[in-house]
Amino acid sequence: MIKLFSRAVIGLSLLCSACAGPTPNNLSRLDLIQKRGELNCGVSGKIPGFSFLQSDGSYEGLDIDICKAMAAAFIGNSSNVQYRPLTAAERFTALKTGEIDILSRNTTHNLSRDSIGGNGLTFAPVVFHDGQGLMVKKSSGINSLEELRGSNICVGSGTTTEQNLNDAFQERNIAYKPIKYQDLNQVVAGYLQGRCKAMTSDRSQLAAARSGFREPKSHVILEEVLSKEPLAPASAGGDQKLSDAMRWVIYALFAAEEQGINKDNINSKLLLANSDPTMTSMRRFLGIDGELGKKLGLKNEFVVNIIRSTGNYGEIYERHLGKNSSVPIPRGLNNIYKSGGLFIAPPLK
Amino acid sequence: MKRSKDFIIQIATYIILIGLFSIFANNLTVNLTRNNMLINFDWLKSPAGFAMAESALPFKPSDSYLWAIIIGWLNSLKVIFSGLILATLLGLVTGVSRTSKNILLRTLSSTYIGLIRQVPLLLQLFFWYFVGFLSLSNSSISLLGSLVSISNHGIQILGINLSAEFSALLIGLTVFTGASIAEVIRGGINSVPMGQWEAFRSLGISEIMGISKVIVPQALPAILPGLTSQYLNLAKNSTLAIAVGYSDIYAISDTSITQTGRAIEGFFILMVSFLLLNLLITEIMELINKLILNSN
Repeated sequence: MIKLFSRAVIGLSLLCSACAGPTPNNLSRLDLIQKRGELNCGVSGKIPGFSFLQSDGSYEGLDIDICKAMAAAFIGNSSNVQYRPLTAAERFTALKTGEIDILSRNTTHNLSRDSIGGNGLTFAPVVFHDGQGLMVKKSSGINSLEELRGSNICVGSGTTTEQNLNDAFQERNIAYKPIKYQDLNQVVAGYLQGRCKAMTSDRSQLAAARSGFREPKSHVILEEVLSKEPLAPASAGGDQKLSDAMRWVIYALFAAEEQGINKDNINSKLLLANSDPTMTSMRRFLGIDGELGKKLGLKNEFVVNIIRSTGNYGEIYERHLGKNSSVPIPRGLNNIYKSGGLFIAPPLK
Repeated sequence: MKRSKDFIIQIATYIILIGLFSIFANNLTVNLTRNNMLINFDWLKSPAGFAMAESALPFKPSDSYLWAIIIGWLNSLKVIFSGLILATLLGLVTGVSRTSKNILLRTLSSTYIGLIRQVPLLLQLFFWYFVGFLSLSNSSISLLGSLVSISNHGIQILGINLSAEFSALLIGLTVFTGASIAEVIRGGINSVPMGQWEAFRSLGISEIMGISKVIVPQALPAILPGLTSQYLNLAKNSTLAIAVGYSDIYAISDTSITQTGRAIEGFFILMVSFLLLNLLITEIMELINKLILNSN
């Protein structure tokens, strides 16, 4: 009777709390996602190459493919994703209140956001190494920060961008005037219309914005990089099961590129590994042996599901940011370590 | 008997309301504790770390969040109060013109009101800012000799610089609210019986004199309540400043919230400050209302 009563009270209080909040004790968000059969993924929706709304209403980009890879691994179907476009200010609250399961929205990993006394999130591995830069008109002849002394600089408010800009200019003792807009589109408009001599944002975003200009070639991104911006997906802190699963989904994307497993050859690799018991590491990776998926609370074949839906990291990159994409950004640091980049996956054992 | 019944109903309503609020408050605390997001205002003392393009009092990035928010407030007040005055003047002129016998004045003012009331304020702000100001090249336009000059950096009047962001917001708010105020004033004027018009005209009093001395004083009691709500709207609409890059209280709070992750506290401060401001406007209007009723 008492049990029944307490259940009723818990049930009622959950009803009252309306937004449900993070999952009740001991139940991981991952279980909830699997039960729901759908992943709620927080994205930006406004950055070409990362997450951008297409004319048919779908989203495309690197951040979107990360959501898809997660859904493929967690649920087994990469199209069971509910995208939630969020502003920079909304994103952490959306995550903490449980409105979204994971955040894949060009979010910089830093101490304040990661720590329990700060935003209290948990970050998955970095999926894009970015850095803040400044873009100026070529005709202005400006080559360095020093030459921007006393100028107006257009910046998006409510992100680390604003702080980085301030840090960089204060350090060099250069006075400047920030013109702050809420949205990158307005920053671009303000810059193009000549309200500011320069606009600042992450270099990837500058490149993405520039791709939409009428004359992309008449704008240059300055050499100076104001900050390190390691962009990573995140989840609400204190949920080891979900954060572990996210971490290894990303590592699987890196490992697949390292081992040359891609969308086209995944079926033949799987056949090969199935028929050859000596390929131990490949068999573990593809979930034939070792039960790695089960340890994470996923299906053992989660890696196969990921690669079938999005391909490996290199394929995702090429699709959205590669030479033939609309937002070409040289791979640079965003490559696996064997090719001179920073990405390395710990062993999937 | 009736009285005690009313009393009981009132008490019961209070109890239910208090009960509801305590459930909400409890709910909030439980959820916040569960999410480890307990309310805490200590962050107000730490340095803000961002710069501001315009501020009424000196502001450096090393100043505290609290100071940044206060500066944001002053910026908001600046645009709200100048907006209130200009919108009232514009509304008065347009509202009176709408009831005028002059067909040109009447058409002009009703076109203005019709046009402005159909278009969302946000779009109008974008128009004033990006089309009105930023599309001007660096070379400035001078009006009235060189007293006023307008460029894509803003307006300069007699050596006073108004930034493009401030000017666009001020013009946008004034033009938008002015149209609504005009309608309120027209409604008030129409509430004065036709006989009053005929009366002053038959006495040979000029149109302008008659309107200002006979009609408007009688229309005021009908105008003031509507005017108050337009003023409150203007104050609240000023938060659209963020769209045109003006550092108002909302823009500053927005930055502070993302930098500190203190969304609930930030919005709480914002809510309380707007509540206070709007109560202040209501009180002042109430006072004016009383003065006018007494003088009548």
